[in-house]
Amino acid sequence: MKKVLMIALIIAIVAMPIFSAGQAEKVSAQKTVTVFGAFVDEEAHRFEEAIRPFEEKTGIKVIYEGSKDFETLISVRVEGGNAPDIAGLPQPGLMLNFAEKGKLVPIWSSLGALIDKNYAPVWRDLGSYKGTTYGVFHRVNAKSFVWYPKKAWAKAGYTVPKTWDELNRLMDRMVANGHTPWAVGIESGGATGWVGTDWIEDIMLRTAGPEKYDRWVSGELGFNSPEVKAAFEVLGKIWLDPRYVYGGKNYILTTSFGDAQEPLFTNPPKAWMHRQGNFITGFFPEEVQESLEDEVGVFALPAIDVQFGIPVLGGGDQFVVFNDRPEVRQFMEFLATWESGKLWAQAGGALFPYLDQDLRAYPNAIERSLAEALVNAKVFRFDASDLMPAQVGAGTFWSGIVDWVGGKSLDAVLSDIQRSWPK
Amino acid sequence: MAEEATSKNRALAHGGLATLGRLAVSIFVPLVTFVVLWGGFIFLKESKAPPALIAIIAIVWGVGGVALLFWVADWTVNRFPPAIAKRLQPFVFVGPALIILAWYLFLPTLRSLYLSFFDAQSRNFVGLANFVYAFTDPKMLESFVNNLLWIILGTGGSVGMGLLIALLADRSRAEKAFKSIIFTPMAISFVGAGVIWRFVYAYKPVGESQIGLLNALLTLFGAEPQAWITLRPWNNIFLIAILVWLQTGYAMVIISAALKGVPSSIIEAGRIDGAGELRVIGSIIIPYIFTTLVTVSTTIIIISLKIFDIVYTMTGGQYGTEVIASMQYKQMFNYYDFGKGSAIAIVLVLAVTPVMWYNLRQFSKQEGF
Repeated sequence: MKKVLMIALIIAIVAMPIFSAGQAEKVSAQKTVTVFGAFVDEEAHRFEEAIRPFEEKTGIKVIYEGSKDFETLISVRVEGGNAPDIAGLPQPGLMLNFAEKGKLVPIWSSLGALIDKNYAPVWRDLGSYKGTTYGVFHRVNAKSFVWYPKKAWAKAGYTVPKTWDELNRLMDRMVANGHTPWAVGIESGGATGWVGTDWIEDIMLRTAGPEKYDRWVSGELGFNSPEVKAAFEVLGKIWLDPRYVYGGKNYILTTSFGDAQEPLFTNPPKAWMHRQGNFITGFFPEEVQESLEDEVGVFALPAIDVQFGIPVLGGGDQFVVFNDRPEVRQFMEFLATWESGKLWAQAGGALFPYLDQDLRAYPNAIERSLAEALVNAKVFRFDASDLMPAQVGAGTFWSGIVDWVGGKSLDAVLSDIQRSWPK
Repeated sequence: MAEEATSKNRALAHGGLATLGRLAVSIFVPLVTFVVLWGGFIFLKESKAPPALIAIIAIVWGVGGVALLFWVADWTVNRFPPAIAKRLQPFVFVGPALIILAWYLFLPTLRSLYLSFFDAQSRNFVGLANFVYAFTDPKMLESFVNNLLWIILGTGGSVGMGLLIALLADRSRAEKAFKSIIFTPMAISFVGAGVIWRFVYAYKPVGESQIGLLNALLTLFGAEPQAWITLRPWNNIFLIAILVWLQTGYAMVIISAALKGVPSSIIEAGRIDGAGELRVIGSIIIPYIFTTLVTVSTTIIIISLKIFDIVYTMTGGQYGTEVIASMQYKQMFNYYDFGKGSAIAIVLVLAVTPVMWYNLRQFSKQEGF
């Protein structure tokens, strides 16, 4: 026993200098900022590329970590006292939750001035809780777009509809030609249904207008109100009619949102239109992606009530601060400038909200036109389901869509959703 | 006389001092050990030495530390009078397990119970509101019904199939091969099984090539493909089939072992008395292995009660397939309602406890516990 202890002691004494040398190094260590976010793989890589200029300029190291289970993990980490310096929250509800619990550092005046200068006011509102701003938006997305196979459309003689009536006429013409107008898929694991909530939100903005939309988001306008019911009925005319949707309700329910665009690119197309956000280009078949501008056309979902114009529905990741340090502040101020998005815009697959951005940075005409639509839209609204209480926005609204497509009566679905709204 | 008394007093005082000293040492030594080990842990945690080196030292430090703690505890206990030492000795062995159990299981359960009486942010006391929700909300009621289905069909299916296969295999020459094949799915995790079965149930519209096994078979015979996981209420049964597929092997192996224990003399006697094969199984074999059947059933009932992975990977609780555990997860991690999530967790614990207790009793009856 004594021998063993002796040996252990000797090892400890020998090992001591190695570790203490390491210990000393800590003082002069490089300043680091840890960022935790929801984008992974290629997107994470592009984010890291985009922030490299900051690292080079300031010598501060930014360590980005992404997870597919971000929304679960961030709560666990914050609750467990292991919060990152900065987190990129895809859902404003998460920000409100953390702000309410007092976990977030409010933005400081110099950053506030930057936000006012570089963003439309809507973004500051979206990053605020009870008048205090916490979040800075970086990459954003816009969802009100309809994608179509350009060459096949040209051959069939279809043209882009400017109004909802034109869209309806186009759909009927397609049916008359033996074509199926839409490809829709809402499967998304635990989040199945969100594609449907996006559609409903787009229709709400077009039929009820932005003010009623805001009241709907805040809970003043119930799900059982005539406005919401009307929006579901508009959608039902398309989705629940097997002539208009490829594969009918079974395809809608069981097809993953990423795969849902596939029928557009068969020859001949099995479906002729697909409504989805700008991210969907990343899911297109490789040969389509290679010559995106030649293969794919895109238009904004047309206006229904002309007085509301063509609103844009979207979302985005907002970055919030958990640990207040000078280098963290520096990085946040970087994120509020176009410089932090430029390289990612060039790489493709992302839109940015900065007012002073250079649209020429986007790699193709499609993304350029999307970014233009986003920056110029008179009405921009955040994805309602991301703003509503999670029980509804990430719960009953999604499952309500699934139940409704599955055949449950609209009134029952809407009153189910309304009942789940937390009092 | 007086002198004797003083010396006795002195001896007593001496003895008292010695006991005190011994007590002090027996508190002091483990304390110092703990502080040293903890210090080392903090030192390693803060160190910026190469990670691989830290990892190796940490393993040595951790394992050695545990051994040292045990050795010190043992040494301390042995410094007590033998009668006390004998009483304390078991705790040296079982103590760490008890502490870990208390820390990771008992305390969290208590905390969940506490949280279940508060609102979503754990701020305001709401009384039994969360439990009222747990027993009245339509989604929760749906979960209870589904869980009941899981218990009845999942357990019945697994044990029934396990028994049948064990009986048949017992009479077959290729027993080992059959049993190995049936047992194989046991090696697959629930999540893995969910992913595999997604392909079995996969749906493509008419006219496309069916990548799902079931629909491929259907279309082969000219029938229309079905979106299996959306077909209420049958989709619950399709999900339960996965559990049966996974657990039949377990039931079969245990039952098969019990079958080997049925004395052939009783069976022979039954046959001589003119009992047919079914009569032998029903009146001799099943009563003989009944406790085993109960043990296997209760184990699978517990698994069915807390079923989560299969539902989560296959449907996410959509299409009317919600179960208690998936509701708990949603309330906790999707809706951030710690009150409701905790209340559902407590309900689940309460539901599992009696089965667990019965299960352990069965085990101890079999002297396996």
